[in-house]
Amino acid sequence: MPTSFTPLSALAGGALIGVAVLVLFLALGRIAGISGMVSATLRPATTGGERAWRAAFILGLIVGPVVAAVAIGETLIQRSPASGPLLVMAGLAVGLGTGLANGCTSGHGVCGVSRLSRRSIVATGVFMFFGFLTASVLRHLFQT
Amino acid sequence: MNLIKMVAGLVSGLLFGAGLALGGMTNPNKVLNFLDLTHGWDPSLALVMAAAIPVSAVAFWLARRRSRPLFDLEFVLPSKTKLEPPLLIGSALFGVGWGLGGYCPGPAVASLSHPSAPLFMFLVAMLVGLVLAPLVAPLVSRPETRR
Repeated sequence: MPTSFTPLSALAGGALIGVAVLVLFLALGRIAGISGMVSATLRPATTGGERAWRAAFILGLIVGPVVAAVAIGETLIQRSPASGPLLVMAGLAVGLGTGLANGCTSGHGVCGVSRLSRRSIVATGVFMFFGFLTASVLRHLFQT
Repeated sequence: MNLIKMVAGLVSGLLFGAGLALGGMTNPNKVLNFLDLTHGWDPSLALVMAAAIPVSAVAFWLARRRSRPLFDLEFVLPSKTKLEPPLLIGSALFGVGWGLGGYCPGPAVASLSHPSAPLFMFLVAMLVGLVLAPLVAPLVSRPETRR
């Protein structure tokens, strides 16, 4: 489905994400990495207190788009054009991949790059490259 | 104190979710139109990153002037520094999954207020992948780093 370039809302949205990172790091000293936060919430060894603020963050992450949609009066959440079976493969790859790499677009791409971590800069380069390769070439092999 | 930590987590999550949605990242079509260079390129995602990174950098710069965060004991930063095979293989695998569906973990979770069967299929598979990752990691690590 075609979409149009939305530079102003993209910049505003990115700035809000940056403020979210700032709040979490200055308040709790933690990196706002979503894959890490989700897997720490799942891990049985995580203590109640450590799980509680992560669960609150995840709740906010789900409610935040609703607040934004009401504020600007637009539907902001759309479905993926990919089929169910393809999304199962995609989900497995995303979960296993970010678990192995200890981070995703938020932890490596935003937080890690902004603090100039060498691991994160390399990780971001690698997942961007494979993201471009897959969406531009491989994805079209699954569609007719 | 747990309550203040939960409030901080909630506020950060709300801002993060609102930012993702406003930036267009909860629309997988926009993400795929950024990653797909073959037609109808939408560079919005690049601007989301370009705005998020400098603002985040301010957080890490401000933190260097403090000994501890406001409501916790210490700043927790990743201790790993090496470019190991799991980092590279994992990131490649993540990129492939991202390019197939247009979802990375944040936007997928942030889309839960609009539940659908395909979204659940993605999320359940993602959770399975996250749980399996620690079991797979030793298989892709170099022998000297194996335990």
